[in-house]
Order: sequence, then C-alpha cells, then structure tokens
Amino acid sequence: MFEFINFYFIPGLILGCIYALGAIGITLTFGILRFANFSHGENMTIGAYFAYTLVSLFGMHPLLAMPIAMALTAFVALGVDRYFYRPFRSSPSIMLVMASFGIMLMAQSIIQFTWGTQVKTISPGIQRPIKLFDYLMISPKHLIIIACTLVLVFIVHYLLTYTKTGKAMRAMADSPELARLTGINTEGVIRTTWIIGGGLAAAAGVLLAIDTQVQTLMGFQLLLPMFAAAILGGIGKPYGAIAGGLIIGVAEELCTYPWIGTEPLIAPNYKAGVAFAIMVIMLIWRPSGLFKGKVF
Amino acid sequence: MDLFYGYFLYAISLVTIGGIYAILTLGLNIQWGFAGLFNAGIAGFFAIGAYSAAILTTMPTDRHLGGYEMPYIVAALVAMVASGLIAWVIGKICLRLRSDYLAIATIGIAEIIRLVFKNEVWATNGHRGISEVPKPFEGLPQPWNDLAFLAIVGLIVLAVYLLSERAHKSPWGRVMTAIRENEPASHAAGKNIETFRMQGFVIGSMIMALAGAMMSHYLKFINPAVSEPIASTFLVWVMLIVGGSGNNKGAIIGAFLMWFIWSGTELVLSTIVQNIPPDLLSYLPADLSVRLAYVRIFMIGLLLQIFLQKYPSGIFPEKRPIAR
Repeated sequence: MFEFINFYFIPGLILGCIYALGAIGITLTFGILRFANFSHGENMTIGAYFAYTLVSLFGMHPLLAMPIAMALTAFVALGVDRYFYRPFRSSPSIMLVMASFGIMLMAQSIIQFTWGTQVKTISPGIQRPIKLFDYLMISPKHLIIIACTLVLVFIVHYLLTYTKTGKAMRAMADSPELARLTGINTEGVIRTTWIIGGGLAAAAGVLLAIDTQVQTLMGFQLLLPMFAAAILGGIGKPYGAIAGGLIIGVAEELCTYPWIGTEPLIAPNYKAGVAFAIMVIMLIWRPSGLFKGKVF
Repeated sequence: MDLFYGYFLYAISLVTIGGIYAILTLGLNIQWGFAGLFNAGIAGFFAIGAYSAAILTTMPTDRHLGGYEMPYIVAALVAMVASGLIAWVIGKICLRLRSDYLAIATIGIAEIIRLVFKNEVWATNGHRGISEVPKPFEGLPQPWNDLAFLAIVGLIVLAVYLLSERAHKSPWGRVMTAIRENEPASHAAGKNIETFRMQGFVIGSMIMALAGAMMSHYLKFINPAVSEPIASTFLVWVMLIVGGSGNNKGAIIGAFLMWFIWSGTELVLSTIVQNIPPDLLSYLPADLSVRLAYVRIFMIGLLLQIFLQKYPSGIFPEKRPIAR
C-alpha cells in the first residue's frame, strides 16, 4: 500500500503538477488566440535552460532563479508573438498552427546550438526523503514542486477572477468579437496571455528540471500530455487544464503499477501512450472536456 | 576520372532521395494542398511504410520479425494499406473537429509509432534497426543498379504526379477545393465533407507509406532514427510550402529544391568546420560540428516563416481547377 503511494501515486502527482502548469498556457492560447500552440513545450525548455544558466553562473538557488527564468521566458514569448504570430491575426488559424510548428523546431535548434545536447542538472544532489507516519516517504524536492504549483495556481486564480485583465481574458475566450465590441483591448489581452502562459511554462520547466534533468527535448516530450490535459479539462478552461494535468500525470504513473500479476500494466516505455489514449477517448466521447470548454 | 565518377554517384543518390521526398511532398499536397488537413505526423506514416516493406521483404533472421521474402510490389501495397488504415482510424476521431485537433493527434500517433518501433525489439530489432533490406536491381553492376533504382523512383513520382493532377482537375478535386475554401457552402451544396476529407487524408497517408517503403529499399536499412521524426516531418512541410501548396508541380520542384539546399548546406557547414584554424578551434565548444547541424534546422525554419508571411502561395501558386 505505502509502496503504491510512495512510488506511483506521489510521482504521478508531481508529474501532474508539471503538466498542469504547462497545460494552463496551452488552454489559454487555444481559447484566446484560437490555435494549438506547438511551440509551448519549448517555452518550458527555454525556461529550464535560463534557470540552469543562472544557477551555474551565479550559483543561485533554483527557486530564486525560477522567477527570473519566468520573466525572461515571458519576454521571449512576447517577442515570438510580435514577429511570428501577430502577422497571422486575421488569417485562418491553421496558419498559426503551422507557424508554431516552425517555431518549435527553430527554438529547439537554438537551444541545442547554444547549450549543446548534453544533459545538465540543477538540483543539488541526492536528498534523503522525509518520512511521514513511518512509511510515507516524500523527498524535499517533491514538496518544493507541490508548494510552487499551489502558489502559482493561486496567483493565476486571483488574476483571472479578481483583476480586470483576467475578466477581459475570460470574456475574450468566450467571444472575441463581442469582447472587441465592448472595447476590450484585445492586443493587451493577448500580451497578458503570453506572459501568463510563457511564465507558467517556464516555471513548469524549472520544476521538471529540479525533479529530473535539463535536456533539450524535455519540453517537446511533454507537449502531448499537455495537449491531452488541455483537451481533457476543456479548451479555454484554466481550472480544467489543472485538473486534466493532475489526472493525466497520476494516470500515467498508475498505469505502470503491476495491477495484474507482477508485470507493470503498461510498460514504462509506453507512458506517452496513456496521455494519447485519454485524449482520443475525450475526443470521441466528449470533445468539450470535463469543464465544458470550447470545441472548434 | 575517379573523382568525377564519385561525384556522379553522389548526384544519383541526391536525386534518388530527392525523388523519394517528392513522393512524400505529393502525398502531403493531397492532404494539405487539396483538403486543407494539417498532418504533423508525416514521419509516422513514412515509418510505417519503411518498416512494413523491410519486414515483409527481408530474408529469415532471428534478430527481428521477418523472413516473408515477399515481392516488392506486394510489400509496398501492404505498407500502403497499413498506413491507410491507421490514417482512417485517426480521421474517424478527428476529422469532424477543426484541423488543430488533427495536428495534435497526428503528432501523437507519430510519436507512438516511433515508440513501438523502438521498443518492440522482437519485431524491429529496436534502435539497431533492420538491415539487409533487399534493393531492386542490386545484382546489376555499379552504376547501373543505382540508375535503375532512380528510374523506379522517377516512374513512381511521375505516376503519383499524373494521378494527382488528374484528381485535382476531376470533380473530386473540385469538391476538395470547395470544402477547403468554404465549408458551409459545400455542405449546403450537399457534399459530405467528412467523407471527402477522409479520402484525402487516407490517400495522402498511403502515398507517404509508399515513399517510406522506397526509402528502406534504397538505404537497405531502417531504424527509428532514419525517420528522425520532427525534423523530417518539418522538412516535407517546408518543401510543400516553398514549392507551392495545392500545386503538384510546385510540390515536386519544392521537394528537390529544398533537398538540394538541405544537403548542400550540410556540405558547406562541414567544410567550414574542417577549415577552422586549430588555434581558434580550442576556444570553440568541442561538439561544434554537432551544434552547427542545428543551425541548418533553424535556417530552414526561418525560411518557412518568411514564406508563410510573405509568399504564402509558394513559388508555384495553385492553379484553380476549371470545369469545362
């Protein structure tokens, strides 16, 4: 029982936190700018590399480097939007999907060129797990990840519910034309979307780097589960994305538990298939997702 | 004389692989150019074709599934049917939704196909791949074997081109254009949009599998890295956008053009790296040549963005089919 919680449920929860933070950005850009952003995973990767650079150059603590990496990544996301996505505002949205596909490749190659392809670490060595109630074990870095996710989710919740910009964002996700007619500054809302999405993706990247390592394809490998989380939660619904991320993270880990016999139910190599399967089921059964999101 | 002979063989291989890319690009043109469907998993369909052909035609071995020693044509047909079936299933799920979902699903299925080919070692020999795939005319003396293979590729490109041209001008192609341009109007005219899209998607995926089969015969080898998933998918997209989506001639010319640029820049970059003075080299990262390879991908990506923004119809813009 405790083995199950320690080695399957908690890692699933950690993975779920990271997916959730990434999926918020995907669902916001999908809902507000109306396109599936393939370059979102690269925001994560670049955030992690910014943090790595700060940690290795200045000996900063990863948690201190995280907000700086988030700000830098938000800045990058804004720049990419200005030069590569803004020209397509009035084009069919599939042009944006294609442009983002190109940006994904371009960002990957810049990262690979600048930092090389060798795997790097930012977490300070092996830490002894903390024991709770004799059997329950959780490592300090996992506690950090959960705490950071809670703080960030609370900030996003506050922004979306109580600020004017947040309300404008939700209005624009519901109906861009109506939002424009009521005098909402749509370009301003789009900028905020990129800042929130890019910043959260960078945070997810840094947390993933703390949990595992920094590598050039880390964001790309999370793209599919993040899309799955956004679709599971309902496109345009940030809370849905959080729920979707947690469900997919936990589901991926639980599927490797030996439910029947002694072999894992699904070989760990095929974990990515779990997210895909959940996504396909949602697309067939309920494309609007759990939280009644948009269906395009 | 030997030097020129070497260049000659290099030119043949360049044109042969360019031709295989032209088949891929023609397949994508049916999906994107005709039907407006975004397939982000070209490499997946390509890999299905390559692995099916490799498994069905190799001699018996205990390293991987195989030993069927089927004729090339049968293997290619099976490869195409397998790819078409997978495309049909994805289409069933995604085609009623907007094309963003298809893009996500295709990139997902390509990733899963790659995982299967990498992990199912009993069938595919894992990352070591399948070697000794037979090649048509390999018994002929050099350079005639290469020329004969090139001729087959050329014939397939020609056949796919002529069929695509015919399809584009036919009532079927005109319905496709209509759906792409104005979905509600075509729906109102009584066209079953999902069926037409499905046909375009399946046919395009089958052509991609054919290209995969040709590639595994040509290289005589296939492993999960040969279909370097994202980069090769992306390269085919750039070929089509630069050549001119919706235009079959543009697709072929774009494929050759981009393939020559792609291989040419590799040559240029490696020459540059070799000629860096040693005292300068010590200041540069040790894996410089590896890193420079990524510059190419960046430049190709930038080229795509420039074409998308400034010349969205490509070098050869689409010619609208006109009813007579």
